Amino acid sequence: MNLTLKVWRQKNGETKGKFEEYPLSDVSEDSSFLEMLDILNEQLVEQGQEPVAFDHDCREGICGMCSMTINGIPHGPQRATTACQLHMRHFRDGQTITIEPWRAKPFPVMKDLVVDRSPFDRIIQSGGFITGRTGSAVDANDMPIPKSTADYAMDAAACIGCGACVAACPNASAMLFTAAKASHMNSLPQGKAEKDRRTLAMVSTMDDEGFGGCTNIGECEAVCPKQISLDMIAHLNRDYAQAQVKNFFQTVS
Amino acid sequence: MNLDAKIPEGPIAEKWSSHKFKMKLVNPANRRKYHVIVVGSGLAGGAAAASLAEQGYNVSCFCYQDSPRRAHSIAAQGGINAAKNYQNDGDSVYRLFYDTVKGGDYRAREANVYRLAEVSADIIDQCVASGVPFAREYGGQLANRSFGGAQVSRTFYARGQTGQQLLLGAYASLSRQIGLGKVKMYNRHEMLDVVKVDGHAKGIIVRNMVTGEISRHAGDCVVLATGGYGNVFFLSTNAQGCNVTAAYRAHKRGAGFANPCYTQIHPTCIPVHGDQQSKLTLMSESLRNDGRVWAPKSPETAKKIRAGELAANDVPEDERDYYLERKYPSFGNLAPRDISSRAAKEACDEGRGIASTGLGVYLDFRDAIKRDGQKAIEERYGNLFEMYQCITGDNPYEVPMMIFPAVHYTMGGLWVDYNLQSTIPGMFVGGEANFSDHGANRLGASALMQGLADGYFVLPYTVGNYLGEQGVAAAGQVSTDHPAFAEVEADVKARIDKLMSINGNESPRSFHKRLGHIIWEKCGMARSKEGLEEAIREIQALRKEFWENVRVVGDADGINPELEKAGRVADFMEFGELLCRDALMREESCGGHFRVEHQTDDGEAMRNDEDFAFVGVWEYLGDDQEPKLHREPLIYENVKLATRSYK
Repeated sequence: MNLTLKVWRQKNGETKGKFEEYPLSDVSEDSSFLEMLDILNEQLVEQGQEPVAFDHDCREGICGMCSMTINGIPHGPQRATTACQLHMRHFRDGQTITIEPWRAKPFPVMKDLVVDRSPFDRIIQSGGFITGRTGSAVDANDMPIPKSTADYAMDAAACIGCGACVAACPNASAMLFTAAKASHMNSLPQGKAEKDRRTLAMVSTMDDEGFGGCTNIGECEAVCPKQISLDMIAHLNRDYAQAQVKNFFQTVS
Repeated sequence: MNLDAKIPEGPIAEKWSSHKFKMKLVNPANRRKYHVIVVGSGLAGGAAAASLAEQGYNVSCFCYQDSPRRAHSIAAQGGINAAKNYQNDGDSVYRLFYDTVKGGDYRAREANVYRLAEVSADIIDQCVASGVPFAREYGGQLANRSFGGAQVSRTFYARGQTGQQLLLGAYASLSRQIGLGKVKMYNRHEMLDVVKVDGHAKGIIVRNMVTGEISRHAGDCVVLATGGYGNVFFLSTNAQGCNVTAAYRAHKRGAGFANPCYTQIHPTCIPVHGDQQSKLTLMSESLRNDGRVWAPKSPETAKKIRAGELAANDVPEDERDYYLERKYPSFGNLAPRDISSRAAKEACDEGRGIASTGLGVYLDFRDAIKRDGQKAIEERYGNLFEMYQCITGDNPYEVPMMIFPAVHYTMGGLWVDYNLQSTIPGMFVGGEANFSDHGANRLGASALMQGLADGYFVLPYTVGNYLGEQGVAAAGQVSTDHPAFAEVEADVKARIDKLMSINGNESPRSFHKRLGHIIWEKCGMARSKEGLEEAIREIQALRKEFWENVRVVGDADGINPELEKAGRVADFMEFGELLCRDALMREESCGGHFRVEHQTDDGEAMRNDEDFAFVGVWEYLGDDQEPKLHREPLIYENVKLATRSYK
């Protein structure tokens, strides 16, 4: 396949970026999107130019590191697919493809397509865990967990933290991510003890990091490579309302 | 080189508990005076950092990714073993121990493996307590499945994303400690060297991958949990960033490297499709619970399939060779990885391979779908089937999957004693980066088990023991002002300057690809004396060429993936040679190491226990000198050395 790539180039966080156009030929349709970028980069290196910096690692759709907006859609046009699992057979010969970084204020561009997603880590650090000592747990079968609960927790826990939800949201809201993480922990019996505390802490950190509010637009769900459902947001809203009411009467700590 | 494994005295079942009792403790108030450096944030590193911080030590943890949650442990699909015997099918700690020693072709250290089996049950409890959503039965109890090399169902799983969920569990515990300020996390930082003071590991030199800044970090000890070196083959199932640099730098500073030739080739990967490919994708081994592996009986049929004249589904039953069921009837499609991989290679060598390249066999779900219905198969493997379809464009519910072996996991690694301490005092090595538990072949679902065992249950004790032995007066005594730091930092900077200044014509990736090709062809699924000697010569020549002709564009003081790659490829070049040397030395076939000179009449691997029941440990003597081999004899007191048979 022969393609024209319009790629966002930006040296670092301080400098302004702009689109550059690169022609690329002989791309196999069995290649993944990132393999196509590898070919572009080899071509650029050959010409003595700096290759396009982009985040990527496992290339199996699970580490959540790859992040780029392809033709206006985070992770590209294929539903439930990360950029690394998007294959060139979904594009046409001769097509022009626009590639840019996640666009969201809390995710500043570091270089080209690389953005800083550490606010996600800080949301988890504020409460997205179960407080427990390592090495002293009771037998795992002492606490039966209904299959439906375990399945639901797994649906939520499937989130890979890629940040596409934020990039797709007109408000740059991190609700889908935060909701998935909170719903996972809050739905399990092990996580119930600190459910209110967790919910309040995660939501307040999310707000402090500068993510916008959720107005139920649903773009996040549409682009989520792991198909995390909007139900998770409903779950978080419910847990949050409960926690706030409790907090009103007696400080949740 | 001192290879005292420090295996505790006494019966195997009591070694760990009596050792734990004898170990030095650090009183809780004194723990905050110590500082531990952990490199890597996967199952072993993340769990160790979280556990040590929870005990009260100050921890600095480093990872090259943008978040510790992206460590490659996340990509493990199938499951984690534990001797819980929840299924009442005869499992026990001893059986898991036995299966692991046997599955590893009797090249693992008994005492370590027993401890691994012993703590395996605690791992499941720990993970469930931290919220890992393992699969459950309707009654709320944990569900299990079976994996290659086992005849019991001891594998716990979370859909096809077990590694992800286990890692997120460790990451959550780690995040809690980061939030509390007990762990200082350094994302996007790459360790480039280790600093020794008075022979003990006391710090590391790292590069900030965003600013390019080179910095010194001092601690009371260093834990390396930096994963495996499979990417030396270029194409593998490893993440793109996986590399040998930290381990190899430690090796150059005095850490023995053990059994580098033990590379696991996983039987169920999606075949290579062309030369633009950057990685191989594994299909979980759990698929072999229901999928039947076959190749056409005759080369003629295979030829027609390759030419597109015949569809797999139209091959009649009597033209199909279910070779694993035929050759290994008691394990069938669940035969261990090394055996299944070699059997696939054999079929393809006979001209019976499919896929356009001739390098592939079928993994067929036709019979399982007929038996259990498509819905049942969807529930079990849905996401894997989707992944396959996404990559190949074929629908595996309708046509059989195509699979071929690929480099997956490395059993070799830095040599460690029972305390997971390397030959550099104060340097501990956990998870895939060490060598001790898997022998020459790793059974399915044991990698996650080992990572977490080391991280949650071994290192928190043994690191404390080391610090206790050093005494509280020694805590925090070494600072980055020590001349040893300046020296090593200068080496690191000189190396980067050198890479940046060569300004040749070939990209680091291109060199990596050429290196991988040599190693796959000559030190891959089959190895011969002749081939290995050739490989060593070719790698030496390539290495020379690399240092004369590599081209690293961009600047050293910012994000520069080319510079990162160049540094790693340079280490892979040297390490690749070591790998071939080890393979050449080991005149036997065993596990993932198959020497064509050493096989039985029917083509099975032929081990030589008389001469090779030892760990091969290499000492680095200088860039232009051959490394020196040391041997740690392997003594089997509990499992009788026997030919591995899966028939």
